[in-house]
Amino acid sequence: MAGNDGEAGMTLVVKTVTRLTVGLIFLYGVYIVLNGHLSPGGGFAGGVIIALSFMNLFLAFGGKRAFEIIKKDAVTALESVGAVLFLGIALLGFADGGFFNNFLPQGRLFSLISGGAIPLSNIAICIKVGAGLFGVFLALVSFRGSEREGK
Amino acid sequence: MIELYILMALMIVGALAAVEMRNLLSAVIAVGVVGLGLSIIFLLLKAPDIALTQLVVEIVAVIILIRATLTLKDSGEWLGSRPLGSLLGALFAALTVWVGIVAFKSLPAFGEPLMLVSRRYLENSATDTGAANIVAAIILDYRAYDTLGEATVLFTAVVGVLTVMRRKGVKEHGGK
Repeated sequence: MAGNDGEAGMTLVVKTVTRLTVGLIFLYGVYIVLNGHLSPGGGFAGGVIIALSFMNLFLAFGGKRAFEIIKKDAVTALESVGAVLFLGIALLGFADGGFFNNFLPQGRLFSLISGGAIPLSNIAICIKVGAGLFGVFLALVSFRGSEREGK
Repeated sequence: MIELYILMALMIVGALAAVEMRNLLSAVIAVGVVGLGLSIIFLLLKAPDIALTQLVVEIVAVIILIRATLTLKDSGEWLGSRPLGSLLGALFAALTVWVGIVAFKSLPAFGEPLMLVSRRYLENSATDTGAANIVAAIILDYRAYDTLGEATVLFTAVVGVLTVMRRKGVKEHGGK
């Protein structure tokens, strides 16, 4: 298999198909997150799909192309940011009387902006899960790379 | 119901194949069969949220496992037949099946949940939270503490992996 060191990328066929589909995968993840309070899905599934789009980019084009879009340190920082955001939403519930109380107005049922703080929680979890899983992926891939250099 | 049994049989075959397969890549793909079968079972049981999550998590797991095992040498060696080990394994398997049968008999029948607190969620979630997806209403409003715990577990796991797999700060071995 070409590009098994994670730098060179794969063949032209894989690169072309990835170029056509990776944006759609990313957008589908964003759709799943933003509609998490209306249709099946939510922050966890959407975050994993967004992480998958970056993994797709990483595997097809190699590490350099993926790191042009998002830096390695930014991934680990984003994971913590997502966790802090989720905790912040939980703490903001004190404005309504308690931890995790839904402090925003409910809105109209079935409209995109409804459900109070639930969409915000979905976005926070999406950032956390997506960055976390992509960070794990990067750690495992780069660890394997360093092992190969040592041999 | 019959399709559930077919899928479960397929998953058992996949799990056994993953254990018995000599080639690591084939074993990882057989593990993928188990996860994807579970995803279809969730879909047939009308739980699209969990089916979607199971599907994407299984894909990530298979990708990471393939990347991690692709260059590894197959270290599985045939250790010879071990009669005592096989006997103990069979005993433990029988014990697990027996405890499972006893435990599952005390659960409510399949398809007839207790509906104590779930009835309240079903009736009030739309007016309480304003979210149309009842699953999102439960995991992010009624049971948000559970979700916070789950997020903490994931955070701890990621921190652990990044710590074990880090490149900086790892001492070089000997004269390399």
